[in-house]
Amino acid sequence: MRNIWVICQKELHSYFSSPIAYLLLTIYAFIFGYFFWNMLGYFVMMGMESQMRGQSFPMNVNEQVIRPLLSNISVIGLFLIPIITMRLFAEEKRTGTIELLATSPIRDYEIIVGKWLAALLMYCSMLAFTAIDVIFIFRYGNPDWKPVAIGYLGLILQGGGLLALGTFISTTTKNQIIAAALTFAVCLILWVLDWSVGFETAQWAQVLAYFSITRHFESFSKGLLDMKDAVYYVSTIIFGLFLTGRAMESLRWRS
Amino acid sequence: MITVKGLTKRYARTVAVDNISFEVPKGQIVGFLGPNGAGKTTTMRVLTCFLPPTSGAATVAGFDVLEQPMEVKRRIGYLPETPPLYPEMEVGDYLEFVGKLKGLSGADLAKRVTEVCGRVNIADVRKKLISKLSKGYRQRVGLAQAIIHNPDVLILDEPTAGLDPKQINETRELIKGLAGDHTIILSTHILPEVEQTCEQVIIIAKGKLVATDSVENLTSRARGAQSVLVEVEGVDGALDPSAIQHRLEQVAGVSRVLFRETHGKGSLFEVEALRDRAIRGDLARCVVQAGWNLNELRPAAMTLEEIFLQLTGGDTTPAEATAEANPAVAEGVNPAEGVHQ
Repeated sequence: MRNIWVICQKELHSYFSSPIAYLLLTIYAFIFGYFFWNMLGYFVMMGMESQMRGQSFPMNVNEQVIRPLLSNISVIGLFLIPIITMRLFAEEKRTGTIELLATSPIRDYEIIVGKWLAALLMYCSMLAFTAIDVIFIFRYGNPDWKPVAIGYLGLILQGGGLLALGTFISTTTKNQIIAAALTFAVCLILWVLDWSVGFETAQWAQVLAYFSITRHFESFSKGLLDMKDAVYYVSTIIFGLFLTGRAMESLRWRS
Repeated sequence: MITVKGLTKRYARTVAVDNISFEVPKGQIVGFLGPNGAGKTTTMRVLTCFLPPTSGAATVAGFDVLEQPMEVKRRIGYLPETPPLYPEMEVGDYLEFVGKLKGLSGADLAKRVTEVCGRVNIADVRKKLISKLSKGYRQRVGLAQAIIHNPDVLILDEPTAGLDPKQINETRELIKGLAGDHTIILSTHILPEVEQTCEQVIIIAKGKLVATDSVENLTSRARGAQSVLVEVEGVDGALDPSAIQHRLEQVAGVSRVLFRETHGKGSLFEVEALRDRAIRGDLARCVVQAGWNLNELRPAAMTLEEIFLQLTGGDTTPAEATAEANPAVAEGVNPAEGVHQ
């Protein structure tokens, strides 16, 4: 446990002593802010229109602002996650510091979980910045907090799954650009996998769609904690970290 | 302290280490000598549990590298060929991180970091970023991380590669100072380095063990065929090299004379002496008595390649040695060092 934390701290230090962390935080906060402004602007306009017509539509800030906001922002995560994970192992392999880790009295899984945890905390700090916008809804509106919390939990789980896959991909190369490009491709494919059900009703299309990472986010964005979807994300995390462990082992037997 | 038995490491197509066995007693400094590509790094990586052996066994402090890697890793300090540094970290932070990896914590950790900084002379750069350090400092930080947890065994892969002469000497002194507390294996392709720092030598070439011997034995063997370079010039006009060669061969104690090349009017010869014979005086006298000019008379640097030739009876010239050993000696900065001693 202690070793995991040692590795995690070191990785966090690496993120925040380079421009990467600040770049990611800025990009994410900016895009989230832009989405938020649009959703809220539309919501306010709808509200004013319904007042002017004198007839009141049922208006719900959870349904009409937070839900589409979280759905959209979950997709932005797919684009930024490769940047978080690309250097995790690729950099260590390139500079040879992997030898230091591999010859220290710590276990492979401690290195892997430590690195993944640091990536997850980096991602969470990006999410934390978006709270600035959400606070305004709570300040001037009266949304239900539970769906918001579940939505954020969904974002964290989804991020965790993709970060685990990205961590694995980073162990397969010495080149950060290759790691980022491959991770991006995997994220993108996992995003669009459920398009197949749009035109195909066969069993295999359903199976394919099940593996789509955004599809499982729907329940979270609605504020529902669906065990099936949570299990999907947790299994993705475990699967990704398992592959990373295998890759590290094969590194030793091959190199 | 370290036992290696029948160690073999095979990669996809090549055999990097072929059935090597040796032992290192506690507290000794052992030089691991061989040209690049001989299998030094591979052997070291097996000892540090970075690579598993294909067959054979290796134990460190009684623990097997395959069966009890954690115990082995706890007792080993390792400096790979390129020091494993994180450029974005400060020296102090980096050493603390490595200390924690090796299992140190709290006051003990802080104390060790200060101690180690003093030991390798990097206290003045503790607050500096590693990316801002010079090559020499980086090497020392690398050494510091290897000894941070006060390991029983130190494994140093070419610790002086790429340093300037002053730094090389400092590093060698530093390593010597570490002996006693630690058992040290250091790899190199520079012969004088072994002579200066090590007690025992293990020589490998092409993955095979060529010799294990004490340094005295190795150097006296090397000196058995010490040679001298002589450049001779006729007083008026060029001379026939074969005439000079013939004359030089007559000098007492000379075993062989080889014609190297002509330098303008002069001719350069390499004269090999019999074991333990000082021939320079006689050579000089002979040339002067013949009425020639003696342009140059200096000991030829003993290259690793030549030692290899000798040790292996001349039949296995490592192809790499030809390419590597000569620049290596030049890089060792003091090519004659090996001969003067």
